[in-house]
Amino acid sequence: MSSTSALLDHAEPKKKKPSSAMAGERRGISGFLGKLPLNLVLVVFCVIWLVPTVGLLVSSFRPATAISNSGWWRAFTPPLGFTLDNYIHVITQQNMGTAFLNSIAIAVPATIMPILIAAFAGYTLAWLNFPGKTGVFLVVVGLLVVPIQMTLIPVLRLFNYFKLTGTYPGVWLAHTAYGMPFAVYLLRNYIGDLPRSLFEVARIDGADNFTIFYRLIIPLSVPAIASLSIFQFMWAWNDLLVALIYLGGFPNVAPLTVAISGLVNSYGQGWQYLTAAAFVSMALPFAVFFSMQRYFVRGILAGSVKG
Amino acid sequence: MNLRVLLIAVLSIILVPAVLVAYSWIAEKFVGVTIRGAQTREQVRSYFWIAPAFLLLAVFLVYPVISTIITSLLGPQGHKFVAFGNYGYIFSNPDMLIVLRNNLLWLVVFTFLTTAIGLAMAVLADRVRYENVVKAILFLPMAISYVAAGVIWKFMYQFQPAGATQTGTLNALIVSIFPGFQPQAWLINSPGNTFALIAVGVWIWAGFCMVIISASLKGIPKDVLDSARIDGATEMQLFWRITVPLISSTLTVVVTTMIINVLKIFDIVYVMTSGNYNTDVIANSMYKQMFIFQDYGRAAATAVILFLAVIPVVVVNIRKFVTPS
Repeated sequence: MSSTSALLDHAEPKKKKPSSAMAGERRGISGFLGKLPLNLVLVVFCVIWLVPTVGLLVSSFRPATAISNSGWWRAFTPPLGFTLDNYIHVITQQNMGTAFLNSIAIAVPATIMPILIAAFAGYTLAWLNFPGKTGVFLVVVGLLVVPIQMTLIPVLRLFNYFKLTGTYPGVWLAHTAYGMPFAVYLLRNYIGDLPRSLFEVARIDGADNFTIFYRLIIPLSVPAIASLSIFQFMWAWNDLLVALIYLGGFPNVAPLTVAISGLVNSYGQGWQYLTAAAFVSMALPFAVFFSMQRYFVRGILAGSVKG
Repeated sequence: MNLRVLLIAVLSIILVPAVLVAYSWIAEKFVGVTIRGAQTREQVRSYFWIAPAFLLLAVFLVYPVISTIITSLLGPQGHKFVAFGNYGYIFSNPDMLIVLRNNLLWLVVFTFLTTAIGLAMAVLADRVRYENVVKAILFLPMAISYVAAGVIWKFMYQFQPAGATQTGTLNALIVSIFPGFQPQAWLINSPGNTFALIAVGVWIWAGFCMVIISASLKGIPKDVLDSARIDGATEMQLFWRITVPLISSTLTVVVTTMIINVLKIFDIVYVMTSGNYNTDVIANSMYKQMFIFQDYGRAAATAVILFLAVIPVVVVNIRKFVTPS
C-alpha cells in the first residue's frame, strides 16, 4: 500500500538542495550578515533549546555545595571544581544501577515481542486466507484510538488476580499489547507490498511457511522493522505510566523513569543526585539518537498515531 | 550492580524471542502433520499465526474498554450502580473543573505553539546552510523521557527568595536583565504554572513538528516558488498563499498528532508538580483517583472522558492514514 511507503519515506534525509535564485546562497560571513535577522532567530531558538539540557549536564558534574550556592554557568569561572561523585553515588547508592538494568530488562523484550508477534499477524493478514480477515484488520486499526488510560483499571485487576503485578512479564505483555495495533497495521501494509512472485517462487522451491517467514519476510521487512523497533524501544524505555501502574509498588523491578520520579519527590532540593540520575537515563536514548537518527526520525514519525 | 537482575535481563532477552520462534515452529509442524486439505490447512495455520496478537488485543484492549465503561457507572469499589453519578461529579466538582480547564489550556496553547514553532523553524531553517544542525538541536528533546525533561526544567524553574543568589536559569536570567524583577516560583504561582508546564511540552515536541513539516516543505516544487517571486510576490505572500496551502494536509496530521498527545499528557505534570497548585490534568487526576483516593468508578469515568475526547481526532487522523493520498 502506498500510504505505508509514503510514511516511511517521509523523513528520509533530504538530498542536497539545488542552489536556487533565493537570496542567501552567498557563502561565508557576508552571507550570514546579509540575513542577520533570520540567522539571529534561528540561533536564539537553538540556544533556548540547548540551554536546559546543557545546564543540567554541567550541574551533574558539580559538587552539591556548588549546585546549591551558584548557578551552573558559574562552573566555568575558576576555581574549577568538577567531580564524578554524583554519578558514582547514584549508581552505587541510589540503586540507579539496578534501575538501569531493569529498564533494559523491560525495554528489550518489550521491543522484540510486539514486533515479532505483529510480524506473524501482519504476514497472516497480508498473505494467508481465512474467513473474517478484513474484519480482523479493521478491528486492529480501530484499536488505535484506545488511550492507555482506558485499560489501566481492568488490566491492573487482571494482573493482581494472576500475580503479574510487579513482574517483568506483566510489563512486557502490557507494552506488547499497547504497541500491537500500530505494529500490526504498519507491518501488514509493508509485508503486503512485497511482490507476490517472491512467495510463488519460494513455494515452488518447496519452502514451508516457517521458512518463508524467517528467511524471506523478516529479512525483506528490515526497514519497517528497524523503524518500529527504535520507536518501540524508546517508548518502552521512556515510559513512566505503564511502569508506575503495574510496577509502582515494587522498587526492585522499577525502571529508571520510576526511580527518578521517586527521587524528584523525595529530594526536593537535593539536586546533585537528580542531575546525574537524569543523565544516566538519557545515555542510551542519546546513543540511539546519534547513531540512528535517520531511523529514529522515521520511527517516531511512524509512531505518531499510536493510541 | 545487582547480579540477579543482570542475569534475568540477559536470560529474558534470549528466551523471549526463542519462545516465540519455537511457538511458530511447533504451530507449523502441528498444522503440517494433523490437517489434511490445503485450504483447511491454510485456515488453521492463519489462526495459529494470528492468535498471539489476537489474544493480546482482546485481553489488553478490547476487554478493558468494555470493563472500564461499566466500571465508570459504578461506585468507588465497584459494588453499587450509580448511573452517571461519576460523570456528574467530574463536571461539577470545582477541582475537576480546574482539571478540565487546564486540559483545555494545554490543548489550545500546546497545539498552537508546537505547530507554529515547528512551521516557523522549518520554513526559516530551509533558507540556511546549517539547516540539519537546527533540526537536530530542536529534535534532540524527543530522545529524552518526559521524566528527565521534567528534571531538566525543574532545574530551569528553580526559585530562591528575592535577594538570594538565583540558581535557576530562568530567574537568574531575568533578574540579571531587569534588576528590579521579583524572582518567581514558576511552578507554584497559578495560573502561570500551567504555562510553565506547557513550555516543557512545547520544548519536547516542537522539533518533531519541525521535522515532519520540513519533510513536506521539501516536496514543494522550487519553480512554483520561483515563478511567484518573479511575478513580484513578497516572501510573506509566498508563505501564506503557496507554502501553507500546499502543506495543509501535513499540518493537519501534525495538529491532530499534537492534540492526541496533549489530551493524554501525564508524565510532565506528575513529575513536576504532581498536579498540585492548580496544574492537574485529566490523566494525572485519573491516576490520583486510582491510587490515592481508590475510587475506581471516578477514575474509570475520567478515562472514558479522555477516550471520548480522543476518538474524533484519531478518526480524522486514521482516515488520512488509511486512504492513500
